Amino acid sequence: MSDITKQSLTELVENIKNKKLSSTDVTKAFIERSEKSKELNAYITEDFTSALDKAKKFDQKPNLDLKLPGIPMAVKDLFCTNNVKTTAGSKILNNFVPTYESTVTENIWKEGAILLGKLNCDEFAMGSSNETSFFGNVQNPIDKDLVPGGSSGGSASAVAGQLTPITIGTDTGGSIRQPASFTGTVGLKPTYGSCSRYGIVAFASSLDQAGPMAQNVKDCALLQEVISTYDPKDSTSIDFKRNQYSKELTNNIKGKKIGIPKEYRVDGMPKEIEDLWQKGIQYVKDCGAETIDISLPHTSYALPTYYIVAPAEASSNLARYDGVKYGFRAEGENLIDMYEKTRSEGFGAEVQRRIMIGTYVLSSGYYDAYYLKAQKVRKLIKNDFDEAYKKVDAILTPSTPSSAFKIGEKTNDPVSMYLNDIFTVPVNLAGLPGISIPAGHDSKGYPLGLQIIGKAFDEQNILNIAFAMEEKINFKNKITDWWIK
Amino acid sequence: MSIDLKTIKHISKLSRISVDEKRAEKLAGDLNSIFDFIEKLNELKTDNVEPLTSVAETTLKLRPDEVKSKNIREQIIKNSPQDNEDYFVVPKVIE
Repeated sequence: MSDITKQSLTELVENIKNKKLSSTDVTKAFIERSEKSKELNAYITEDFTSALDKAKKFDQKPNLDLKLPGIPMAVKDLFCTNNVKTTAGSKILNNFVPTYESTVTENIWKEGAILLGKLNCDEFAMGSSNETSFFGNVQNPIDKDLVPGGSSGGSASAVAGQLTPITIGTDTGGSIRQPASFTGTVGLKPTYGSCSRYGIVAFASSLDQAGPMAQNVKDCALLQEVISTYDPKDSTSIDFKRNQYSKELTNNIKGKKIGIPKEYRVDGMPKEIEDLWQKGIQYVKDCGAETIDISLPHTSYALPTYYIVAPAEASSNLARYDGVKYGFRAEGENLIDMYEKTRSEGFGAEVQRRIMIGTYVLSSGYYDAYYLKAQKVRKLIKNDFDEAYKKVDAILTPSTPSSAFKIGEKTNDPVSMYLNDIFTVPVNLAGLPGISIPAGHDSKGYPLGLQIIGKAFDEQNILNIAFAMEEKINFKNKITDWWIK
Repeated sequence: MSIDLKTIKHISKLSRISVDEKRAEKLAGDLNSIFDFIEKLNELKTDNVEPLTSVAETTLKLRPDEVKSKNIREQIIKNSPQDNEDYFVVPKVIE
């Protein structure tokens, strides 16, 4: 069967279950395409030989009752994988081979999936363009020298470029939804506490969540169903009744109330984004939903809040990289000198910048002025959503204030880079689920996304709205395979 | 507010990241533009607002205090840059 890599996850699962395809056929196809796609630089570590062995083993005794029977899949290199190098896109972890498995990836393998390799990302997930990775820039399959977004840039590039049928990323301030928007793919950031953080390299613990990145909403729902489990190994994992997201998926959203927040109409937003949003509003109305104008008054304070909370938590989390227990070590004249050189040589510029911001806002004399202040504003941002959800079932916004930009375009100005996440960050601060779906193209032909934000634990509802909208939008990604010679 | 080179040196020491003069200047510039942006929060009065420390509104679950991982010394030591099979090795601390 030709064109295996063009099939969606749902189609591949069906074809394997009907024995039209074997796991070996599918795995071989994605390996071949990945081999031809080195220019995208989507992978940090390839695990192809082992993947093929596992596929052959699966085919000898296939368990077709599993949800991901023999499906090959590459994952973001932020998930610890037993015996497979895990770098978090950093030099400081370039030699780190975990001796344990993250809960999220464990859940995936238990359902029959097979690891293809580890995907590139911004260093410690700190970035919005994949340009902070120690392992180099990732190309967006949409166009040459275009960033795929970040931090899950390798994941987005690999799904859009069909190097993997589906993948998982992590999202601390938009790291799943923004790259999904930049590459014409679907990305879901689940409710905080839905997916276990055990075995994920920590960035900002009160914000980090793993989530699926896919070609369509149904595939996304299926993977969410697999990865979302209660896990005693993560103290913030929440024991709530999880849906069978893909089985319960419906395009019937009649009567749903969808909020349109006026504060998301920001200064300088391109008209194309505004037009796309209006189109989105029309689509949900066509599906029988009702739209209601709402206000989230503290929206413009979300990014400044995030740039205190996230670096503060990061500076604490990244204190563990000391050149002693694992990872890179630089030689020093004494212990302190060794620490300082290890961290100076091992971390890249953006990570150092954020550790320093975090250290400063937590330091004596500044804690109340910055960190405590940010936690209070975070409360106000969450209150805005709580208030809005008394009137509406979900909220519709653009995913990003622009389409993908060129490599190098924003690297010299950290604040302009941070503005990428203006629409996604409030969702993390409030711990809510959000999904980005491709909804159109700009004048350059680059994809643009719309975001649906839900109530906590209401993933099913936003998946349903996304599913209904997807049908109306009928988006086609324009991928020319320009990188394949 | 302005972050000067002295403050950069202080933060660099606290965060155990050595920074030379040239990088310190660049960092001071970057941090100042980021803090200018953060200053926006001062527009808001928050005296009577409770700080939000966690969005997960659950109390921590209790579990029996049992050893679950046994004999994993090798695994723990495996990724260390320098060890002597039983211990992590660091530069000499006491003369």
